[in-house]
Amino acid sequence: MTQVFQETASPNPALAPTRAPSWAWLGVAPFMVFALLFLILPTLHLVVGAFQDADGNFTLHNIANLFQPQIVASFWVTIQISMISAVGGAVIGFLLAYAGVMGGLPRWVRPVLMTFSGVAPNFAGIPLAFAFLATLGRTGLITALLFNVFGFKLYDHGFNITTFWGLILAYLYFQIPLMVLILVPALDGLKREWREASDILGGGAWHFWRYVAIPILWPSLVGTTLLLFANAFGAVATAYGLTGSGINLVTIMLFAQIRGDVLHDQNLGYAISLGMVVITVLSNLIYIVLRARTRRAFR
Amino acid sequence: MKRTRSFSWIVMAVCAIYFLTPLICTFEFSLRLKRGVYSFAAYENVLGDSHFQASFLYSTVLSVATIVFGTLLVVPTAYWVQLRLPRFRPVVEFLTLMPLVIPAIILVFGYVRIYNSSSIVPMTSASWSTDVLLGCSYITLALPYMYRAIDTGLQSIDVKTLTEAAESLGAKWPSILFGVILPNLRVAIISSAFLTFATVIGEFTIASLLDRPAFGPYLQLVGANRAYEPSALAVITFLITWGCMGVIQLLGRGRRGISASAY
Repeated sequence: MTQVFQETASPNPALAPTRAPSWAWLGVAPFMVFALLFLILPTLHLVVGAFQDADGNFTLHNIANLFQPQIVASFWVTIQISMISAVGGAVIGFLLAYAGVMGGLPRWVRPVLMTFSGVAPNFAGIPLAFAFLATLGRTGLITALLFNVFGFKLYDHGFNITTFWGLILAYLYFQIPLMVLILVPALDGLKREWREASDILGGGAWHFWRYVAIPILWPSLVGTTLLLFANAFGAVATAYGLTGSGINLVTIMLFAQIRGDVLHDQNLGYAISLGMVVITVLSNLIYIVLRARTRRAFR
Repeated sequence: MKRTRSFSWIVMAVCAIYFLTPLICTFEFSLRLKRGVYSFAAYENVLGDSHFQASFLYSTVLSVATIVFGTLLVVPTAYWVQLRLPRFRPVVEFLTLMPLVIPAIILVFGYVRIYNSSSIVPMTSASWSTDVLLGCSYITLALPYMYRAIDTGLQSIDVKTLTEAAESLGAKWPSILFGVILPNLRVAIISSAFLTFATVIGEFTIASLLDRPAFGPYLQLVGANRAYEPSALAVITFLITWGCMGVIQLLGRGRRGISASAY
């Protein structure tokens, strides 16, 4: 919209001749320099380093080194945790957004839900880890409550907040509200007439969701799930605060590598970074493609 | 319809339990420092700790600097792209979204390698220049939503007409930018400022890897060494986050109110 407006407006004689157009790009030069210094060069440095040996010669050795069991395992556990927390967050977030928008609840529910969904994704990192330790840690309130009231020793039954499922439980705290935030506008985009049309044609709730709503929402559902995946994949602080280095996440491994070259191979660190970038870029690319499709569908 | 409603209530209730329980438990836990009675002793310990004060002040100053310099970088760029270089929009938009794609830990890894003490630009060799580097990292982190908030704000005002009006009154570009454009972007800038503050104040990964005495690394340190103080800190951080988001919601509601009354 705005682009069309600007292009038709550009031959406006009041503005065009006052400055030489060839110098107009100078206006974005500071931003470009900033982006070069703090986005492009750092990323390029790692990508190039991934294909070099310690003396700067080209090699594929680092990439091959990525396939040693320990590194493959850490990538795999990170992918699993990100995937489960993304899909779980998406499904629960969808149900929550549905309940808040179309569930026929009192009017005050929706603003409360939206406000809380705006706050919760920002309550991540170390404080979130503290909160879950205080709740379900070894001396946490719920752990103690379960024992005092029901005589149930949570930690004797294989549960531990500092393990795989505990971390996913904590990640859901920012994944679910993020899904709600992104999905509510999409649910608002479902026109009332569509439901009415489906009802008139004799379709029930199942038919409406199966043949109308889900096909329309599908791109944004999958897209947002991928966004949640990338979100969890790059997270460091929550996991570090909750488990220390208890779970061999690839981000935690990289954290230790940057601190003190624990792999004793600087270029292997670069290769791990490259692996992470490839994964997040892929999931974001699919997200962008799907997002563009939904936008077009809603026009 | 009735079935839908009871289903919705169940979903709401389960989620409310999941989201509120950690908050209640953390608050309860933070009050248990003194045996047998509830007290705010953990809060007194935390607030009286000189390391808390120093690191909180450090992160506050740094986030204010991030907000000021980030705004000074983003507003002229977004303004210029909108007014004169619409063809650059995809490039600038792509760059501002990059921090969402490349995880922060990767970027800071790059910084540590490029700007280390033996490089051409040895930013990590002195503490003041490392502070600058940390500030720049935070501007990078804030770029996606800062740019979007300001760009959306710019699209809702008629930049072209405002600029032409100011120019025909003889204004030079600094007074156009600071006297005309910035005041019109107040809501967008304040919203992105509070969001930036909420993000930067407790940021751990970058501050820790650049070895700066920020609030995030302090939180981690307390978590590793104390029992009840971490919960008090979590409650304090949650209140800060809640405060920042509350301000943004209020501002947003004000703006929505205006557009609704225009219909």
